[in-house]
Amino acid sequence: MAIRVKSPGLLTTVQDTGRFGEYAIGMPPSGAMDVFSYQVGNYLVGNEDGAAGLEITYFGPELEFTGDAVVAVTGAEMPPKINGEEAPTWEALQVREGDVLSFDYLKNGARSYLAVAGGIDAPVFMHSRSTYTLIGLGGLDGRALQEGDELELGEAQNGEAQVGKRVDDDHIPTYTKETELRVIIGLASYRLTEESLETFLNVEWTVTPDADRVGYRYRGGELGFVEREQPAGAGSDPANVVDFGYPIGSIQVPGGVEPIVLMNDAVTGGGYATIGTVISADRDRLAQSKTNDKTRFRSIELDEALNAREERRRKLAEIKGSLS
Amino acid sequence: MSANVETGLPQARYSYGGDEFVFVELAEAMSLKVNFRAMAITNRLQEERMEGIMDICPSNASYMVRVDPDVLHPDKLISRLREIDDEVGDVKGFELPTRVVDVPVMMEDPWTHEALMRFRDRHQDPDATDLEYSARINGYDNKDDFIAALLGSPWLVTMIGFVPGLPWCYQLVPPEEQVEVPKYVRPRTFTPERAFGFGGGFAVVYSVQGAGGYQLYGLAPAPVLDVKQRLKDFQDSIVFPRPGDIWNYRGVDREEFDEIRSRVEDGSFEYRKKDFTFHADRALEDPHAYNEEILGVLYGD
Repeated sequence: MAIRVKSPGLLTTVQDTGRFGEYAIGMPPSGAMDVFSYQVGNYLVGNEDGAAGLEITYFGPELEFTGDAVVAVTGAEMPPKINGEEAPTWEALQVREGDVLSFDYLKNGARSYLAVAGGIDAPVFMHSRSTYTLIGLGGLDGRALQEGDELELGEAQNGEAQVGKRVDDDHIPTYTKETELRVIIGLASYRLTEESLETFLNVEWTVTPDADRVGYRYRGGELGFVEREQPAGAGSDPANVVDFGYPIGSIQVPGGVEPIVLMNDAVTGGGYATIGTVISADRDRLAQSKTNDKTRFRSIELDEALNAREERRRKLAEIKGSLS
Repeated sequence: MSANVETGLPQARYSYGGDEFVFVELAEAMSLKVNFRAMAITNRLQEERMEGIMDICPSNASYMVRVDPDVLHPDKLISRLREIDDEVGDVKGFELPTRVVDVPVMMEDPWTHEALMRFRDRHQDPDATDLEYSARINGYDNKDDFIAALLGSPWLVTMIGFVPGLPWCYQLVPPEEQVEVPKYVRPRTFTPERAFGFGGGFAVVYSVQGAGGYQLYGLAPAPVLDVKQRLKDFQDSIVFPRPGDIWNYRGVDREEFDEIRSRVEDGSFEYRKKDFTFHADRALEDPHAYNEEILGVLYGD
């Protein structure tokens, strides 16, 4: 049983929860950008947590099934069609041998997730099936899907029993063109002037076309650095620091004009001053924002970040319970 | 920066990287001593195997720990890190079981030359090569003397990252002999794989082709990353460098470069390397004498 790729869409990759424990050798985690939608997809089709699915960016693929399968589409509003007939999202769907799954144009959000009962059976590389295209590892030969690819599926648990189950409307996220992201200010934020830190938190930033799995770049304000004699090893630009590690979600401000939030396939370190980090619970929504969307950053304390994390976990457990 | 009155060490900055990371900047400036401290602290943390720690990443003058906050509260980690910091102190007596490695590099090779010429409009000095520019601003009369300085003394691998396998290297020489150069005014969109570059106070070997802002001086014939793990040095890990490695960049001519390339291609290449116990005190007290000894270990019989 396999999925045949008739057309790959703009950027469709195999992803799971990601590749952890290898950050020290410069290996970013990769994995689904919107973890919430990805996880719920697995609940819908009765998969074990961590089964690999497809992350579909902006424009969907056309996929043919060589046997019966149970699938679910979550995340961005990119309506799925089975043999040309529109089908619901956030619901477990039956597809039959020879059926073709395609997608209508993106209406809201940026990334859809396709979960298939049994999961995509790509080889595990360093504890994960996630694709990391920069150095070509994981997923299918370390690259995005191409026309003619065949994706083998794993053994389905109890997919058939899931057909027709759907996520409660209350739990389906809505994606808007304005996003608020909560950040913990810190790292090398001391490099920004107080005034600039305030500007950073008050300006409405616009997502530029440079927004992908590596990072999101924004425009909208100009930030200045505290004057100093550059320390040994840092390089002469005031935005430079002695190269250090970058957390996932960290925000850097090269040149003071374009904040960049680093995402799942990001570089793991470098010499730009980073000024804070988007909290883990808000990266799902960040991943659903796209070019020209507006973003505000709100400063919070660690306690609020931990509460948001707990809240997200509680919600996921509730959804999982309702679908099993 | 405020200094700790009792120890004379700069005061470390502890910071949350969101809810999943703790970032510790030991000092704003790079020095061998601060890197030894970062290594000593992260090595000790590694030995403790605290539950909830997902990644420990030593970096140049800092380090970072990825934590699962559902298992280990970041504040609890930070208080333990402060204790370890006190215990490590000024790293007196710090020893590091490591290896010394011979890393061939061809300076002024045709491939990085072509790449750097393509991006002259992004450079501080469009009329010079990266080497000529770097030699001049570091006070060298000509680029050959500058090359001799880079290739004459070993380096410490102080951090791995940016992309998988990319080593940051800091030369084991006194502060007044350290080379320092700015990064490109605007980063290049292309850097050849295995390019030998320099930025700030650090030399690197680019592990993959891609963007980059460091000055380009040469090309290494042997890889630092081998995703397919074909070569013997990569059997345990897809990346070769390890933090704390001591590397000696050795200049090779085109003939030796091609010869190494063909051994990389047929899978028979192996780095020349020797096990070595590195004593931080000796590197700080008399670097030149200690470097001679290190090179003797690597190239002696």
